[in-house]
Amino acid sequence: MKFRGKIIDVACLNHFTRVITTISKLTKMCVLRLTPLNLFFVLSGKVANGGVSMWCELSQENFFDEFQMEGVSPEDNEICLEVTPENLSRALKTVQNARAVKLKLTSKHCPCLTIAAELPTLSSASRLVTHDVPVEVIPRRLWHEFKEPGMPDFDVSIYLPPLKTMKNVIDRMKNLSNFLVVEANLSGQMNLKIDTDLVSVSTHFKDLGNPPWGAEGSQQGGPSPSRDPDAMARTRVDIRKLQQFLVGQQVNPSKAMCNIVHERVVHLILLHEDVSLQYFIPAVA
Amino acid sequence: MPLSTQSQGDAEQYVLVASLDNARNLSNILKAITFKDHAIFSATPNGLKVTVEDSKCLQANAFIQSEIFQEYTIKEDSVGFQVNLTVLLDCLNIFGGSTAPGVSTALRMCYKGYGYPLTLFLEEGGVVTVCKINTEEPEEPVDFEFCSTNVTNKVILQSESLKEAFSELDMTSEVLQITMSPSQPYFRLSTFGNSGNAHYDYPKDSDMMELFKCTKTQTNRYKMSLLKPSTKALALSCKVSVRTDSRGFLSLQYLVRNDDGQICFVEYYCCPDEEVAED
Repeated sequence: MKFRGKIIDVACLNHFTRVITTISKLTKMCVLRLTPLNLFFVLSGKVANGGVSMWCELSQENFFDEFQMEGVSPEDNEICLEVTPENLSRALKTVQNARAVKLKLTSKHCPCLTIAAELPTLSSASRLVTHDVPVEVIPRRLWHEFKEPGMPDFDVSIYLPPLKTMKNVIDRMKNLSNFLVVEANLSGQMNLKIDTDLVSVSTHFKDLGNPPWGAEGSQQGGPSPSRDPDAMARTRVDIRKLQQFLVGQQVNPSKAMCNIVHERVVHLILLHEDVSLQYFIPAVA
Repeated sequence: MPLSTQSQGDAEQYVLVASLDNARNLSNILKAITFKDHAIFSATPNGLKVTVEDSKCLQANAFIQSEIFQEYTIKEDSVGFQVNLTVLLDCLNIFGGSTAPGVSTALRMCYKGYGYPLTLFLEEGGVVTVCKINTEEPEEPVDFEFCSTNVTNKVILQSESLKEAFSELDMTSEVLQITMSPSQPYFRLSTFGNSGNAHYDYPKDSDMMELFKCTKTQTNRYKMSLLKPSTKALALSCKVSVRTDSRGFLSLQYLVRNDDGQICFVEYYCCPDEEVAED
């Protein structure tokens, strides 16, 4: 197993760091899958993390100037590592003004992702900084747990309102209730609702627009063409999970969507130019 | 305006409807009296009075006159209810309560009467939030029987001067002692804490002293824990009047200007600490 990559462009380094920082806000630990073309940060939905799952996909050539990897075997040309994204984020933040940053899979006292960079100093000499971030290699027999999630058979797909507005409202709602209902219809309307003994609050967003999935029909997992456009699909979720997702977002995505499987799952999709992030929040009873 | 069309149909059923273009003109002043969960709302044709009490020894009232509201309709002489104030504030600030220029939350507050929730319609940037907060039967607020004829000492100060003193008050002192007198030291705040005693003196001819009317020397002590919440009202205010009556009861009245420069009042009444005899 071998991996080495080099980032030269400062904007790419910045962006890469921001992506990893976003991931670190979503989960303490996750799996990093390295393939010749991509990097995937994966969190598989287990009871321990409240059933939340995440899939973040980066196209390697949008970030790395050099990228070489040799997987576990020629048939399974992939490397699967368990990482703590916060450690990666912290290390990357210290090398933001380096001319080049190298990432390498190494074996020190344990397997590590080593981040190495030359940093400029006031004198002509440069300073060498190395971070060894411990990782755990995931054996092949467990790889099936970290496969790309299929598009759920959603009832409604809708573009999200501005994330900042959602976050403001959800932050306040969290003071009032542990659970939140997310509902939306094919007429571009979305409501966020809480209902407790003390108070009920519902926030109404309209004219959001619905992504045009319909064309491929329901085989692709889209809303059935005969669905009443005003009918709401709704799912009740743990408000902290939704809040956690919003806290992490540092950059405005070019597209933000939400798919709702009625009373099953809220599937959030954020697309940036070179990164896609999917987040699945399961329903609570 | 989206909010009015929302509740047009119910307009006849509401006994109280109050609207503001800027919800902060209500939420800011309520923050000045939020030290307990529950607040008693009392609405009359003159406006809204919100009361919060602590152990029958402290009472805070916020007054928002009907003229402050863009719309104020009341169908009875007096409408009263009790709500959870922290819940109400979370609702009023549902869009984040930011102070971004040019961005404000519009509010329409409606109440149908006994047994009904307090309904708030809030709108910002085309997004509408509807809140229904459960109400309870209002408790009778304590009557502190503080009347102006019984006032022995009164000063009106610019809040600026008191803000500094209050922010530095020794919190290890269990009491705040207020001395008011026609002679030296005129107006003195004292604390007795772990590090020692501290005195803040305000001479009667100070620039900050707008009115000085003290008829007799009085020293009274008030529990620090009771008066601490009044710091929030002080922070919002530009002027404060401090009055004591013959029983040593304290009345603090704060003049608060809202975002639009309109005037509202907040007052705090406090019983003297009984453990200490008056001088």
